[in-house]
Amino acid sequence: MDFTLVVEQTLNGLQLGVMLFLLAAGLTLVFGIMNLVNLAHGSLYMVGAYLATWFYQLTGSFALALVLGLAGTLLVGVVVELVALRTLYERDHLDQVLATFGLILFFNELIAILWGRAAIYSTLPEFLSGHVQLAGNLRYPLYRLLIIGVGLAVALLLWFVVSKTRLGMLIRAGASNRAMVAALGVDIRLLYTIVFGFGAALAGLAGLLAGPIFAVQPGMGEMILIQVFVVIVIGGIGSIRGAFLGALIVGMVDTLGRAFLKPALSAVISPAAGDAAGPALASMLIYLLMAAVLAFRPEGLFPVRGGS
Amino acid sequence: MTSRTATLMAILLLLAAVPPVAAYFAEPFYLDLLRRVMIFAIAAISLNLILGYGGMVSFGHAAYLGIGAYAVGVLSHHGIDNGWLQWGVAIGASALVAAAIGSISVRTSGIYFIMITLAFTQMLYYLGVSIAEYGGDDGMRLKVRSQFSGLIDLNDPTAFYYLVFAILVLSLFLTRRIVDSRFGLVLRATRSNEARTRAIGLSPYPFRLTAFILSGALCGLAGALLANQTAFLTPEFMNWTRSGELMFMVILGGIATTAGPLLGAAGLLLLEDTLQGWSVLPKWVQEHWQLYLGVILVLVVLYARRGLAGLLPGDKHE
Repeated sequence: MDFTLVVEQTLNGLQLGVMLFLLAAGLTLVFGIMNLVNLAHGSLYMVGAYLATWFYQLTGSFALALVLGLAGTLLVGVVVELVALRTLYERDHLDQVLATFGLILFFNELIAILWGRAAIYSTLPEFLSGHVQLAGNLRYPLYRLLIIGVGLAVALLLWFVVSKTRLGMLIRAGASNRAMVAALGVDIRLLYTIVFGFGAALAGLAGLLAGPIFAVQPGMGEMILIQVFVVIVIGGIGSIRGAFLGALIVGMVDTLGRAFLKPALSAVISPAAGDAAGPALASMLIYLLMAAVLAFRPEGLFPVRGGS
Repeated sequence: MTSRTATLMAILLLLAAVPPVAAYFAEPFYLDLLRRVMIFAIAAISLNLILGYGGMVSFGHAAYLGIGAYAVGVLSHHGIDNGWLQWGVAIGASALVAAAIGSISVRTSGIYFIMITLAFTQMLYYLGVSIAEYGGDDGMRLKVRSQFSGLIDLNDPTAFYYLVFAILVLSLFLTRRIVDSRFGLVLRATRSNEARTRAIGLSPYPFRLTAFILSGALCGLAGALLANQTAFLTPEFMNWTRSGELMFMVILGGIATTAGPLLGAAGLLLLEDTLQGWSVLPKWVQEHWQLYLGVILVLVVLYARRGLAGLLPGDKHE
């Protein structure tokens, strides 16, 4: 197995990991603070991808498309929160799951009406489409490096906002005792809307970053959403740190499993076994990992302390 | 007999009368549609046992539908058409998988339980997609329906209909008995107050796990029926949207009621069928029926919390 391939696949794993983190952070924040299970989080990712791709085609400016796509997703998220989700905070998880499942059907079909069912592809602008010479004969796409950079920067920013600012203080307080926060005179509804919009924007950011490298199509959100669930279950629901580490673990395991499990099985057992079991096992790997983690730590690796 | 039981009896009598009526009007389509409704009703009954009475929100029940269907499909693929064996394997394999998934997921609760059951079902879905021998993504056709040594011929739509009907009645009866038994009492107690259940000296885990396995086994049988109904199976049987639909059937019908799953299955499948195929509706509704289904779903969850069973006449407490 050559070294270049290992480094390349590790970078791919890191890139998938930060994408998963962008989605997991919003989902876990919304759950931790509002106690809301939002299946439609994947729909916001899809909305972000479509809006950015569409604005890029309209304006021809990649930067403008990013800004408009992000703002658009934020807007859609806030509208969804105000219209539908607000009434769900007091309901049990079952109602939340079903109502947001309904929202998924609605969004997938709405996107199909507006842009059709077929996947649309977006291109990268000239200055982002090159490769970077990392070492010797290792060339890695610049855009994927950019995704890793943006993801890590957002993680740092989130850490700063949550642990160092007044808004972050309210967020942490809301997560541990919302009745108390409301009693102290904080407008908890406004806080909820802000947090939800923030989560929506992060999902949109993941979507618009994904646009140029994945197929943009209705239903794209659900494929990644279930992986995000695995991330936050492994990391511990409600914990940003758990979401970050969980995302990196899942991204790595999934990518490296898909790349090396088949050749490894072929080498160790037999080529036939590798061909037969490799792909199946690789696609099941993250779920097996989740089962293993839960068997020992039912609350995930980094459970939130104290909070309700 | 309470008036609710009487209403359920009346619904079952109506279902029993469908084949002769459909034959008289030469509308075999309705026979097919209602058979499908009854099969999904059996799956929804199995889900209601753990979701309604046990308070376990399983978002992965389609897994057992898939396992039951694959048990029939895989055995048939290898030339074994014996229905007793196929359906026995369908039930047994579903129970085994339910025991494996349940032993991990039942230890957790709330949101963890929802996500874990969803994730395991997704794992089985990808397993189905990646096994090329059994058709992978495309699934496979069932060349011969399950054979019951000449006792009953599933190729005869009416005979198949009454078989499904009989299994439906039996499932309704059995789940009612389970819920009313001492076991069912403990199961319901774990749902309404886990701490008190523990305080009187009962550990919820074995009761919940047993219910989870029973539920999986019954849903596996529904899967075997579904494979025979469509004579075709794909990993899509295990798609997570299918799990969501099953949950919606239970809620739409009325959670933790006997007739609820049947009403919910009928309600959802007939609604889907109407939105897609009713020629009175304009074209833009038929083409994008999922948009309207989604909106209806949200509205039902937000405003119709008692479900269809709540509309039936009779006492409200079963």
